Amino acid sequence: MSTHSLVAAWTEADLDVVGRVRDVVRAPDRVLATDGARVDPTAPEVVQLAADLVATMRVSPGCVGLAAPQVGESAKVFCVDVSQHPKARDHHGTFVLCNAEVVEASRNERAREGCMSVPDLTGDVKRPSRITVRGQLPGSGEEVTIEAGAFEARALQHEIDHCDGLLFLDRVAGAHAIYARKTYL
Amino acid sequence: MSAVTLHAITVLGHDRPGIIAGTTGRIADLGLNLEDSTMTLLRGHFAMTLVCAGDAGAEEIERALAPLAADGTLTVTVREVPDEQAPAPVGTPWVLTVHGGDRPGIVSAVIGEIAGVGGNVTDLTTRLTGDLYLLIAELELPAEVDADALEGTLRAVAEQLGVGVTLRPAESDEL
Repeated sequence: MSTHSLVAAWTEADLDVVGRVRDVVRAPDRVLATDGARVDPTAPEVVQLAADLVATMRVSPGCVGLAAPQVGESAKVFCVDVSQHPKARDHHGTFVLCNAEVVEASRNERAREGCMSVPDLTGDVKRPSRITVRGQLPGSGEEVTIEAGAFEARALQHEIDHCDGLLFLDRVAGAHAIYARKTYL
Repeated sequence: MSAVTLHAITVLGHDRPGIIAGTTGRIADLGLNLEDSTMTLLRGHFAMTLVCAGDAGAEEIERALAPLAADGTLTVTVREVPDEQAPAPVGTPWVLTVHGGDRPGIVSAVIGEIAGVGGNVTDLTTRLTGDLYLLIAELELPAEVDADALEGTLRAVAEQLGVGVTLRPAESDEL
């Protein structure tokens, strides 16, 4: 697996707009269950949304990713940054992708996920741990294809699911694989 | 929100298709709201517990569910329960796994050690398949519990029972 140098070098400063911290919506808000619209990554409102997502992620303790539906926008835009997470391996730092999709996936692993939009539950979810994702960078609109593994792969799939109107609840491993959250960040 | 009356309903017995549909349909007809529920098969027996909220009384619910038990293969119980506020988290979540050859007393010996340190079981499944006995428990351990020491104690208990034990943090990843 190799990291994509353009994506790894990307920072929110590339957006050239100031991000605003937005309220995070919670299930059962219907926006979280709605397939997000594809976006024009060069549109000013999409660039602003990208900046807002990063700004909101930054002020949320432990948050490694945030998707547009989580701030109430039904759109295929998300940010991730797993660089501070102990389970992260090779990663791309902070970046935002528009219209992203998983184009290759392998090596399923099961792990317990939580989500800011579902604050009272966690669930065991099986996801591929090696993936290839294609998407566009906000601002330039450049199409990029990145390889991701381990925790970054999980975070990317969780956020892409949000953009498609899916929560981890939609992928939970079984009827008894859902848990009341017992600790709060 | 105004206080509502809660009832706990258990349905136990011979499994067949339609038990859940029949039970929940009658509950819905009474205008009750199904809140938390769990159902599984225990050695092939249907076992369901559910908590529902609404104005119907226990006797009315029992009458409505009586047809389910009419053929004598299911037992239905209904009783009013108080509204339990979920306790604030006081500890850390763990998963305990025990497996090995079946013998009496595995659960009591192992879970006794958990209770002894003030740990609380929040979810439990045990299965016996052939000679293999399996226990999986979700635990909450008080913050002051030394988990390494507890695991050592559990290992000693497990060794006497001839089974294996693991205790691992049930950490979830925030995404």
